[in-house]
Amino acid sequence: MQTDTKSKIDQQTSPSGKPVSVIRFEGDISSASKDAVIGSYHSLPKETAKIVALDFTKVEYINSSGIALVIQLLMEASNAGQKVLAFGLSAHFNKVFTMVGITKYAGLFPDQASALATV
Amino acid sequence: MTTTAARTTTVEVRLPSRLGFEKVAMSTAASVAKLMGFREERIEDLKTAIAEACINAIEHGNRLNEKLSVGVVLSAGSDQLEIKVMDDGKGMKNAPTKPDIDRKMHGEEDPRGMGMFLIQALVDEAEWVVGTNGKGSYVRLVIRLDKEEA
Repeated sequence: MQTDTKSKIDQQTSPSGKPVSVIRFEGDISSASKDAVIGSYHSLPKETAKIVALDFTKVEYINSSGIALVIQLLMEASNAGQKVLAFGLSAHFNKVFTMVGITKYAGLFPDQASALATV
Repeated sequence: MTTTAARTTTVEVRLPSRLGFEKVAMSTAASVAKLMGFREERIEDLKTAIAEACINAIEHGNRLNEKLSVGVVLSAGSDQLEIKVMDDGKGMKNAPTKPDIDRKMHGEEDPRGMGMFLIQALVDEAEWVVGTNGKGSYVRLVIRLDKEEA
């Protein structure tokens, strides 16, 4: 009964010319989102995807199990030496991500332009 | 079911013990809170808190047994909304702890297990009550109207 999470990946270039792999999520992020979150991340080539951005613009609901998947992604990215940015979270989920400490390992930005401007 | 007694209005919802149905409690609580005049920001806090309480009840209390249901009772008073989320489990004995992101990132702590912390952080009161005879436990949440809202 949990809503499926859709995800797609595209490549962007930051204003400074660096390639950024963007994973765009749509739907809910919950315990049922492992394929969308971790599976999508695993499909990125670690050798070239040095900067990963997570787009939450079309996500309305994230629960603690979904946040745990994001933390798992951050953990793997940290081990692989990748930088992770997140953007498009609602004000509420920005607060929740900050409360659980995610900001220590991923920058949170209001939109793609402001996220890409930092790399 | 809706009943009104004195100055408290009560709304009750029964959910199957299936993940995803916490959203029914979220939308019901949001509707009640909106009628009471809560600000949008507080309603978002409430939605996350009640979702986490229901997920705990479904997963840990009723252990995903669909023969059991989760009861949600919303009692709207003049200046606060009280929510009880009830299940057939033995209750939460451990107090909520603040997640340690560094330990989680280093694999020393389960990435999950943030629900109780979020509940406590997002509402004005949170109390985990262990049922008698090891059954009928509930979590009681209270969210109060600010003076500007009331």
